[in-house]
Amino acid sequence: MSDQTATAPGAADHLPGDVTARDANAKAKSSSRLNGSTVVLVLYLLFLMLPIYWLLNMSLKTNSEILGGFSLWPQNLTLANYETILTDPTWYMGYVNSLIYVVMNTVISITVALPAAYAFSRYNFMGDKHLFFWLLTNRMAPPAVFALPFFQLYSSVGLFDTHIAVALAHCLFNVPLAVWILEGFMRGVPKEIDETAYIDGYSFGGFFVKIFMPLIASGIGVTAFFCFMFSWVELLLSRTLTSVDAKPIAATMTRTVGAAGVDWGVLAAAGALTIVPGALVIFFVRNYIAKGFALGRV
Amino acid sequence: MKTDNQRAWFLVLPVLVLVAFSAVIPLMTVVNYSVQDTFGNNQFFWAGLEWFKTQLESERMWDALWRQLAFSGIILAIEVPLGVFVALNMPKKGVWASVVLVLMSLPLLIPWNVVGTIWQIFGRSDIGLLGYTLDSLGIDYNYTQGFYAAWVTVIAMDVWHWTSLVALLAYAGLQSIPDAYYQAARIDQASRWAVFRYIELPKMRGVLTIAILLRFMDSFKIYTEPFVLTGGGPGNSTTFLSIDLVKMALGQFDLGPAAAFSLMYFLVIMVISYVFYIVMTNLDKEDGK
Repeated sequence: MSDQTATAPGAADHLPGDVTARDANAKAKSSSRLNGSTVVLVLYLLFLMLPIYWLLNMSLKTNSEILGGFSLWPQNLTLANYETILTDPTWYMGYVNSLIYVVMNTVISITVALPAAYAFSRYNFMGDKHLFFWLLTNRMAPPAVFALPFFQLYSSVGLFDTHIAVALAHCLFNVPLAVWILEGFMRGVPKEIDETAYIDGYSFGGFFVKIFMPLIASGIGVTAFFCFMFSWVELLLSRTLTSVDAKPIAATMTRTVGAAGVDWGVLAAAGALTIVPGALVIFFVRNYIAKGFALGRV
Repeated sequence: MKTDNQRAWFLVLPVLVLVAFSAVIPLMTVVNYSVQDTFGNNQFFWAGLEWFKTQLESERMWDALWRQLAFSGIILAIEVPLGVFVALNMPKKGVWASVVLVLMSLPLLIPWNVVGTIWQIFGRSDIGLLGYTLDSLGIDYNYTQGFYAAWVTVIAMDVWHWTSLVALLAYAGLQSIPDAYYQAARIDQASRWAVFRYIELPKMRGVLTIAILLRFMDSFKIYTEPFVLTGGGPGNSTTFLSIDLVKMALGQFDLGPAAAFSLMYFLVIMVISYVFYIVMTNLDKEDGK
């Protein structure tokens, strides 16, 4: 198609004999650019995939093989490292703990963010812009600043080492994120829909749940994904606020460093397993990744 | 467009309460510590602005700040052009486009400590592909001991981790350019550079500003990845602001200095957030037209 459009202007202001030469030229140009693009992309994707491949490679080797010699793929393929993790409660409970507080956080964040985002997208009210900005500063706040005060706050109210403590702590950046992303989606819904619904006799609650939420269902899904993800990848706060009962997988992974050196195989397997949740749903949100990272603003 | 409605406050209230609980109370604790001194036993003395002075004169904090600025500057200088370049070469539609999108997003979704672990395993000269290859090429590479090796690895890790974000944002900007623009350029026989300079770049301006600000903010508070990879070493050579702060606050329990440090750190973040906010609202206005 691009060749045709490229030819049309050429044909318009050149002699007919010229056209074939120009056409061939354009063809050669576009195909060489295509190849160039492919090369660039393949190189970039290779750069992205190599370290991940290496992690998988390590996770499928025994420790003696990892330390014994260098090989590009496992010589004696073993699932023993994964077995260690999936059969030892101190290991797999790390994943369970992480999942519990991440899901809690996602539910809390979305629940409180939905009405707030609606208010920001539809109404002017006193201090709305300041509030919106203040939320942003919390998304941007370095967790390191909050680590110590959180530790003391949650210890003093008796929540230290509970899942809810981490879930609440992660609200610091996830609630603002959810409000911003949802607001970005909601502003795309015409206001006339709200007004029509009110005229039809819907209460605010009825309208919001029955009409509005289905309209921004994909937005809610994307927001949930991002809340889930940012809570899942965070280590500093979740590590600071837990010790045993709610210890996340990220903190559990430091266990592999023992007196006898590092248990590389198990470490790699544990790491590979943490990629799974993101990899499972990434296909469904692929077109919204940029929007989510840019706080709903692309 | 929007209607005035003060009752909208009720809708915002839950967010306000929740975020105030997890942001304002802790921040007040920090303010509290920053103006007091303690000799243990929970006895505190008024110290005024003493800690702020100490911190401003502390070489350690300035060193961490310069390292931080250098790091953020370097990764921006690499990730932004590279991200744009990759975005320009991405397929516009089709199955291949989906595949590329999914593969590119993968590093963005990996837990940050695992990113550190991945590069630890990748970079070690005994077991890592990168380290082993460099070593067998005769290059002296050991990121736990060499200053340059540590920096190169930390930067490569960040480029690996976050360039896709810039690329995805730039790609989203490119997608919004109507085909007619390119056709017009072809009629004018514009060069590839001219198309980039006068069509693509202006259309990407908004998203690129967002990308740059986001990457600056997030790199400015980086903690987990270098902490796992190098632990801030060798020596202090990759101790960035957050790593230094956590060392001070949770490692040495120097509450006063750490709190003063935190507040100044937070102030910088506030300023950048403000720039970010202004850019965002301006973009929203342009969209509204």
